[in-house]
Amino acid sequence: MSEAMVQVRNVQKSYVRGKQTVEVLHGLSLDIPKGDFVALMGPSGSGKTTLLNLIGGLDSPTSGEVVVGGERIDRLSGGRLAEWRARNVGFIFQFYNLMPVLTAERNVELPLLLTRLSAAQRRKSVAIALDVVGLADRARHKPKELSGGQEQRVAIARALVSDPALLICDEPTGDLDRKTADEILGLLQVLNREHGKTVVMVTHDPKAAEFASRTLHLEKGQLLEQAAAVA
Amino acid sequence: MTRTGFVIANLWRKKTRTVLTLLSIVTAFLLFGLLQAVNVLFTAGADFVGATRLVSQARVSFTTSLPLRLLPQIEAVPGVERVMWSQWFGGVWQENTQLVIQAVDPARLHDVYPELVMSDAEWKAFAETRTAFVAGRQLASKYGWKIGDKVPIASNIFPQQDGSKNWTFDLVGIFDGKDEEWQRQTNGGWINFAYFDEANQFGRGLAGVYIIRLSDPDRAAQVAETIDRMFENSPDETKTQAEKDFTVGFFKQIGDIGLIVRWILFAVFFTLLLVVGNTIAQSVRERIPELAILKTLGFSNGSVLGFVLAEAATLCVIGGLTGLAIATPLGVGILSATGLPIAVDGRVWLMGAIAIIVLSLAVGLLPALRAARLTIVDALAGR
Repeated sequence: MSEAMVQVRNVQKSYVRGKQTVEVLHGLSLDIPKGDFVALMGPSGSGKTTLLNLIGGLDSPTSGEVVVGGERIDRLSGGRLAEWRARNVGFIFQFYNLMPVLTAERNVELPLLLTRLSAAQRRKSVAIALDVVGLADRARHKPKELSGGQEQRVAIARALVSDPALLICDEPTGDLDRKTADEILGLLQVLNREHGKTVVMVTHDPKAAEFASRTLHLEKGQLLEQAAAVA
Repeated sequence: MTRTGFVIANLWRKKTRTVLTLLSIVTAFLLFGLLQAVNVLFTAGADFVGATRLVSQARVSFTTSLPLRLLPQIEAVPGVERVMWSQWFGGVWQENTQLVIQAVDPARLHDVYPELVMSDAEWKAFAETRTAFVAGRQLASKYGWKIGDKVPIASNIFPQQDGSKNWTFDLVGIFDGKDEEWQRQTNGGWINFAYFDEANQFGRGLAGVYIIRLSDPDRAAQVAETIDRMFENSPDETKTQAEKDFTVGFFKQIGDIGLIVRWILFAVFFTLLLVVGNTIAQSVRERIPELAILKTLGFSNGSVLGFVLAEAATLCVIGGLTGLAIATPLGVGILSATGLPIAVDGRVWLMGAIAIIVLSLAVGLLPALRAARLTIVDALAGR
């Protein structure tokens, strides 16, 4: 088996909502090798997005270890975690989350403002990223001038532009029609297979999961495989 | 794109709102510029006079005259270098334009006010011409007066002995100031006291105030005290004070303009604070998911705080500087129209700059802190 990109060890995560403490993940462990394309499936409230947020460094576990690319990210403070995200992870969301005031190329350029690249180097990287997602001709368009599929491609280009090893996708096709969804999933597959990106994708859609190299099922905060083993 | 470009792009997200907010800031700082200039005029506006002169007036009121016989006693006080006196003539030009004209002894004026610039020939003509009148550069320029003109000026206070309110003077000189501050004080004029004293209907040998040039400014308090003590319990009790205090006190006869102006400015800025503060806060509320995305991409809390603060500061700086820039020529216009030495000068700009910084922080800090403290997961989930 190849080197692990993601190692989740005995992770627990609970939230306090009002006076209640809600435990979402119960001692979950998981390994995702480099270059893998994993789909996380499960019913609502099963902890898929919580797990995705922990792997992407958007949240910290209540207990347990999260190691990504060899780094214990559960120990990183807010500022260091932000730096780590900028270098190592690209995020793709269901509703694209582009900046409406910026053109496609400016949206893609945004993460590069955190680097020391010159304006010319940034422009070149942006052009390449937009070319990879097939949107070079839409560079000067603002999000409202693009279709949903095109917006998601811009979001993918933004996720790619700083060349992260890991792509975190939260329902990336949840807002798209079947045809466009398949195009986007095909693009993720290309990024995984041809560019070596490790992709972790949360989806409700079994057809979307078919594009992944394997599918993990969560239920009540545990992987079904683990739950079965414990039983 | 730069971070600055990103800030500007966000400012233009809602163009109408931004333009209206900018207009409110421009208007507020336009008012600030003009009112602060008035405030400076009425509070610190006499700073330029320095500390080399004292003004002695009747203790009762500056409208009560003092007899000229006090002169030798004042001149004899140690620390006094030269003494002049002036009598308020007032003066009305044409229909009802009030002028600031005072009757003085030309030689003494020359000695006590070296800041007034006029050629030796003009000083000489002033001293030797009984009906002489010297006008400040701004005053002469405003009415197109030239040396050699006969200038008819009426006085509501001092009619001539024949009962006529109309006086005619010979313009023999046009004085200027030695520097910018003094050049602004050239809206008045001086007439020869000897002629005025002889020709007016009411009393002779009366001085409105004595102006005392000191040999040593450090002895001002001592000299003032000596003069006032000298005339204590006499029919002509005096109140002697630094020229600056006299000037400020003179303005304050109208009312505490400084206080009034400060209250108006407070009201203006309080309203502005609510308007701009609400705009920025609303703008942040509308963009919670976008701000969360910035943090997701790796922008630190400090960067997000900086973006929001920069937006607030950009609005305040552009609006504030534009307002002050409009106020500056307006001040010049008011100066030439009314003669009031209102100037939106360096001091007003400095206070404006401080107000811009304070306003930027006041309206931007809370929304910026809110943005910086966003929890990504909650913000993306719409919680």
